[in-house]
Amino acid sequence: MSAASLVTVAPERAQARKSGWYRQPALLVGLILLAVILFMVIAAPLLTSYNPVTQDLGATLTGPSAHHLLGTDQLGRDTWSRLLYGGRVDLQVAFIAVLFPFVLGTILGSLAGYFGGWVDLIIMRVVDIVVAFPFYVLIIALVFVLGPGERSIYIAITVVGWVSYARIIRGEILVAKRQEYVLAAQSGGLSNLRIMGRHLLPNVITQAIIYAMSDIVQDILAIVTLSYLGLGIQPPTPDWGSMIANGQNFLTTHWQLTTLPGLAVVVTGLALSLIGDGLADLLRPGQS
Amino acid sequence: MTAGPASSNVLEVSDLRVEISTRRGVVHAVDGVSLEVPRGEAVGLVGESGSGKSMTLKAILGVLPPEAKVRAGQIVLDGVDLVPLPTSALNRIRGPKLSMIFQEPMSALNPVMRVGWQIAEGPRVHLGYSRSKAAERAVELMRRVGIPDAERRFRAYPHEFSGGMRQRVMIAIALSCDPEVILCDEPTTALDVTIQDQILRLLHRLCKESGVSLLFVTHDLPVVAQLCQSVAVMYGGQIVEQGAVEQVFAQPCHPYTLGLLRSAPDVEQVRASLVPIPGSPPSLISPPAGCRFHPRCGFAELDCTEQMPELRLLPAGRSTRCLHYERCLEPLTAEGAAR
Repeated sequence: MSAASLVTVAPERAQARKSGWYRQPALLVGLILLAVILFMVIAAPLLTSYNPVTQDLGATLTGPSAHHLLGTDQLGRDTWSRLLYGGRVDLQVAFIAVLFPFVLGTILGSLAGYFGGWVDLIIMRVVDIVVAFPFYVLIIALVFVLGPGERSIYIAITVVGWVSYARIIRGEILVAKRQEYVLAAQSGGLSNLRIMGRHLLPNVITQAIIYAMSDIVQDILAIVTLSYLGLGIQPPTPDWGSMIANGQNFLTTHWQLTTLPGLAVVVTGLALSLIGDGLADLLRPGQS
Repeated sequence: MTAGPASSNVLEVSDLRVEISTRRGVVHAVDGVSLEVPRGEAVGLVGESGSGKSMTLKAILGVLPPEAKVRAGQIVLDGVDLVPLPTSALNRIRGPKLSMIFQEPMSALNPVMRVGWQIAEGPRVHLGYSRSKAAERAVELMRRVGIPDAERRFRAYPHEFSGGMRQRVMIAIALSCDPEVILCDEPTTALDVTIQDQILRLLHRLCKESGVSLLFVTHDLPVVAQLCQSVAVMYGGQIVEQGAVEQVFAQPCHPYTLGLLRSAPDVEQVRASLVPIPGSPPSLISPPAGCRFHPRCGFAELDCTEQMPELRLLPAGRSTRCLHYERCLEPLTAEGAAR
């Protein structure tokens, strides 16, 4: 008995090792990049001694030097310091902003997929209406109406972002609810809420998690874009979007003021995209 | 509310009709089925694919697919008619009084939930057990159904079990709230023969121990002979013959039962050849007029095509839908003489 089980278990283990997370180059590179970025923004006070909002009008628009690693901007603020603290704000807002649409979309998508009928009809028509608008047009319009600031960013991203999660989860639930284990759960006298929460969601949530990874990239871009337009993070709080906007007046003489925060956005987006792709390969069933 | 609690039948189905609306018409999947499951006994329900046996079980549990509806009939469990009950009331019956074992133990278990917690879920929801008490109950059930090393296997996932072990888990789930009736939907069909025998013995022992009744759907006649006391044969959504297992199998009173028995191999009596039933099952959208079996029946007379025969009582508590059941008695004896 034990010998037989050893024989069957051994190849399974080997399989698991081959598809382990550290065997996914995209995931590995993405995780390393993100770890470095997160370390830099969290350890910002250790990596720079300058306050990102303190102005030094005696040393405006200086180039890179021993004092100011990447120079200063037009108000004499240290660029390196603003880059680190700006990343802190943008990443924090993005990670929080991705949660609200994830939760709302998952709940509404589950309801639509599980109950079908008029519940499905109403939820999916609302989804259609939201999808009909271009992403940025709707986000900018909402933030404009709600007034600039973090709270508006959260609301706007939730209102626009939940539809993708709802669509993904609804589709997955439609397939999963035909499975016999759902029938078995119903036969066991479990309530619909319990069947959805305990039996269906754990089976379908991975797809939403994979999507959330690429959604964070979109959220960071949206936050930076809004800040660039002056609708997002308000000065003097540092942020990559407003840094790009302020620096573009000096693009020909001090290119680093615009280019470096832009580069930071690109690298962060790349890291998260790689993680999303790697996770999709890792978690997608039937691929080994 | 026809049967009082003193009745010897724990489950009584009377004149159950289930209709499925499809694009091609209304399918009369279950057409006037009446069944009785006596307390502590096992009743077999046999028939070929599409005869309505699984639909009967699903109707009893109230888990029919959305396009199927119970049109008429009563399903009385312990004196309570289940048909008009809303889902919330049914949910207090499904589990503690009535449960089901499915054909495919792999697909009927949640792939991402540890089996122990799947077993413990019923007691937690229905009996109000705490997490730890429900877990203890699950381990005890796993031991009872013969899963070795139950404490360790509690934390395993369904894919880590073999087919037979998964079916034991299903049985443990069905038993978890001490139901009065367990509906079995071909629980041994997906298993190989030796495992099948183990599972049947296990079910038999558990029924004896806990006095639970079984309604056992299968197309496998030897399984019914091994496990059940009485049997009902279904054809085209109707019960065509009913009676005690030994009597029905020794002396079938319906040509369809006779055909089923002659088309199945038998270890004890080696026959020269198996005799298939000619033709295919009837369309349940527009069933043949008269007796549903007459187009495939070797004994059919003119009157078989004219009116649908009712289920009529025979001596010794048996019943048949055949107008000329006496004719079934002849060929079997003739065959016996030929051998």
